[in-house]
Amino acid sequence: MAQPTSQAVAQEQSAVDEPLSRPWPNRLFASRVLRGLIVPAVIVAVWQLSSVTGWAPSASIPSPAAVIESWYDWIAGPVTPLAWYSGTWATYALLSLRRVAIGFAIASAAGATFGLMLGWYALVNDLFENFVNFLRAIPTTAWVPFVVFFFGIHEKAAISLIAFGAFFPIATNIAAGARQTPRTLIRAARMLGTPSRKVLWRVVLPSTLPAVFAGLRIGLGLSWVLVIVAEMLAVQGGLGYALWSAYQVNRLDLIVAAIISVGLFGLMSDWLLVRLSGLSLRWQRGLIGQ
Amino acid sequence: MSTVPRIECIRLNKVYLDTRGERVVAFKDVSFQIQPGEFVTVIGPSGCGKTSLLYMLAGFESKTSGQMLVDGRPIEGPGADRAVVFQEYALFPWLNLRRNVEYGPRERGVSRDKMREAVDAMLVTVGLESAATRYPHELSAGMRQRAALARVLVNEPKILLMDEPFAALDAQTRLSLQRELSRLSKEMNLTIMFITHSVEEAVLLGDRVVVMTARPGQILADVPIQFARPRDPTAHEFSDCRREIEALLKRASTLTADTLHHNFAAQVTGASRE
Repeated sequence: MAQPTSQAVAQEQSAVDEPLSRPWPNRLFASRVLRGLIVPAVIVAVWQLSSVTGWAPSASIPSPAAVIESWYDWIAGPVTPLAWYSGTWATYALLSLRRVAIGFAIASAAGATFGLMLGWYALVNDLFENFVNFLRAIPTTAWVPFVVFFFGIHEKAAISLIAFGAFFPIATNIAAGARQTPRTLIRAARMLGTPSRKVLWRVVLPSTLPAVFAGLRIGLGLSWVLVIVAEMLAVQGGLGYALWSAYQVNRLDLIVAAIISVGLFGLMSDWLLVRLSGLSLRWQRGLIGQ
Repeated sequence: MSTVPRIECIRLNKVYLDTRGERVVAFKDVSFQIQPGEFVTVIGPSGCGKTSLLYMLAGFESKTSGQMLVDGRPIEGPGADRAVVFQEYALFPWLNLRRNVEYGPRERGVSRDKMREAVDAMLVTVGLESAATRYPHELSAGMRQRAALARVLVNEPKILLMDEPFAALDAQTRLSLQRELSRLSKEMNLTIMFITHSVEEAVLLGDRVVVMTARPGQILADVPIQFARPRDPTAHEFSDCRREIEALLKRASTLTADTLHHNFAAQVTGASRE
């Protein structure tokens, strides 16, 4: 009795998702992944073409082929004192990844805890709101000299800069989410027997989860910004360090390779986070627009 | 009746500050009793304080003065003995239907087996056993309100406080939910206070219909509805009763707690006893 009904509902929903007719471009690029690759491919093609035709002088802008060649050396070349970059890519990438991972983990744990308290407890909010807004108004990069002065050229400088910078978007997003917890949900929990001291855990936290992931995404993006800044100015090794070294020896091909490397890592970590949020926010699917 | 009333309000007053900081008297000197097992519907003009009254009984809002008693004891905050059904369902969107219904038993520390049994039975009672794994946003409005009902009834509350629970439903769904609620209230011996905007609904469901005046609100009339259930809205006695309540409601919208006793009290009590 019930089975046909739910099937009917499922069919109805999928029927809504299907477009009525499919014009040829849609059929050709049916895969959404494929469609997403069109624009980058066109840009690379135009770039290569303009180098080949000499429209862009190769002295000022390296061709994609040249970038890939240097990138290959950077990744797979022999490690030698003659060329600082040769074969160092994996080491540098891991250094950056590690700094982002540790800094972001600290920012997430601290930011989520503090953000929930800030959004839920009026006293915490009154005590900290202005101060947090003041700190938030300072660009994190302004802390670089202070951090280097404090920690020296050391891992701690990079990690604390990332942790500190990513903390604020995470905390403020979660605080805003916690403040928006629907009052009827809190009341519903209370009348179902949840004591007021457990409301934060039972209602506020789960109802804030979408804001938690929004905050984490912003924080993660900022972590990649800060790791590059820190590596350029405060620590040795890493993709940002490579970027700056390449600049100092006028290697635009390596600069471009480093930029794309950072971009790919940022994209991958963001994709991972989105997948993770998709798993824990299954209840929210389809909620948008309702 | 000599027994202690399930719900008793004595000269209850509610004053609050609105968003602009102005003092608003929601209602004044409201006194009434609801006996165990009684189904009382409350009707009145918008803003007459009926929702405030309900939320105060639920323990969500505080009283300004007077007494509110449940089984003779004053109300101190929300509790599982007073279940609330909200107009907007208030299901937890991050829990599926089954988990929503399990929420109360889990909070009260009911054993796993007992909980499973009670939840299964309750899902069958409201006809949602096949939708147990769906999330609230995947349910229709009628199913959501059934789920909200199941979520509170599984705790076997003594009192059910309902704030226009069927107002957002289509006519068909509303009718079937009204019938089920009417049946369940008697089967489970629930004491119900039910706020509505619909005179028909008030007469269909209530053992008594309480009519409140405009703000500051006060009880204008308390009309017993004596004919048997299930009630037929097309019957003569039903239409007569409905007309009477409609007339009272019309008068209620021109009255407040401040003007009521001076001019109309005597006439009104006369009218309601006809």
